[in-house]
Amino acid sequence: MARAPGPSVAPRPFLRQPMYRFPKALRPLAGGVPGRAGPSPLRRILGCLPLLVALAGPAFGAVGRPEDRLADPGLESRAEQIGRELRCMVCQNQSIEDSDADLARDLRRIVRERVQAGDDDAAVMRFVHDRYGDFVLLRPPFNPVTALLWAMPVIAFGGGLAVILTRRRRAGAVEPPPLTEAERRRLAELDGGGA
Amino acid sequence: MSETPATPPPARSRRWMLYAPLGLAAAAGAGFWVMLRGLQTGEYDPRGVPSALLGRQPPDFTLPPLGTLPPVTVADLRPPLSAPILVNFWASWCVPCVVEHPQLMRLTRDGVTILGINYKDRPADAQAFLQRHGNPFRKLGTDEPGRVAIDWGLYGVPETYLIDRQGLIRWRFAGPITPDVLDKDLRPLLRRYA
Repeated sequence: MARAPGPSVAPRPFLRQPMYRFPKALRPLAGGVPGRAGPSPLRRILGCLPLLVALAGPAFGAVGRPEDRLADPGLESRAEQIGRELRCMVCQNQSIEDSDADLARDLRRIVRERVQAGDDDAAVMRFVHDRYGDFVLLRPPFNPVTALLWAMPVIAFGGGLAVILTRRRRAGAVEPPPLTEAERRRLAELDGGGA
Repeated sequence: MSETPATPPPARSRRWMLYAPLGLAAAAGAGFWVMLRGLQTGEYDPRGVPSALLGRQPPDFTLPPLGTLPPVTVADLRPPLSAPILVNFWASWCVPCVVEHPQLMRLTRDGVTILGINYKDRPADAQAFLQRHGNPFRKLGTDEPGRVAIDWGLYGVPETYLIDRQGLIRWRFAGPITPDVLDKDLRPLLRRYA
């Protein structure tokens, strides 16, 4: 989402506070006007559609100002691919390509500068990794610290399989108790009586 | 039916499994309580990230000065140092910086060297901030573009780094240095690396 260009040093949003604000356009949806019947629910939903489409826009394209993008589409797509692998340290659950945080914008610019300067992908990743550590990589590397993380699917699947197998074996091992003398007599009686 | 085949009663040894959900819930509750308490006291920060620079020298940088204070240069952080040094990233627009400022002033009064790096700020605003709250910084640089901050791995302000006498980064704290952090973490570290 392009923001209006402002002075180069505007008062910055306060980085340690949540970066999410309730969009102004959505505020009327949060609470209706008391004492007045609003539009029908269906109309309300339909009314939101253009807004939803507009909000979904960033999901399909990079955030950030268009002037920050590289002119060469090949380099730009490389930079975008690298950016999608890098975590925005402020929002922590978005890549720097998806985040509108200040720091993410700075990192997007740095990635593009490096790409334009001719660094290969690994070198650009290393540049950011050297400064921010493993956490900045959205795909964590395999090392002693992350071993448990990576092994978790195997552990979970293997554990589940082990539980299923032992339960099965136990179920198979339980044999019905042998018939008592009375049961055998009754069975013979039913059997013989039918013939 | 005279005699129904007796189904074996549930083994006594399995009875405890009835209490397993209860035990699990209790354990989860206890864990949650510990987490909430940690959040309250600041011991647990789910957004905290260890610095990638720990045990390494600070990156090279040159920064323009602010006002009449001498500028910070990387030479100030290279060994040999007579005492550990603190590097504090701050900004006038940053509210937690106001919270931590009295602690910085106290440290300076106690003779600790604090070098300041003013992050993405207007020089006039930064100077007004120091005039109003006092200046704890021996030297001060301005990082308007925020590039030096990225070299340090900064992801918000305030952030404070401790550099030992060998010129290595030993500690990074993201967030305001509250009196608690000062007494529990920073003072012991300053003693250890003195």
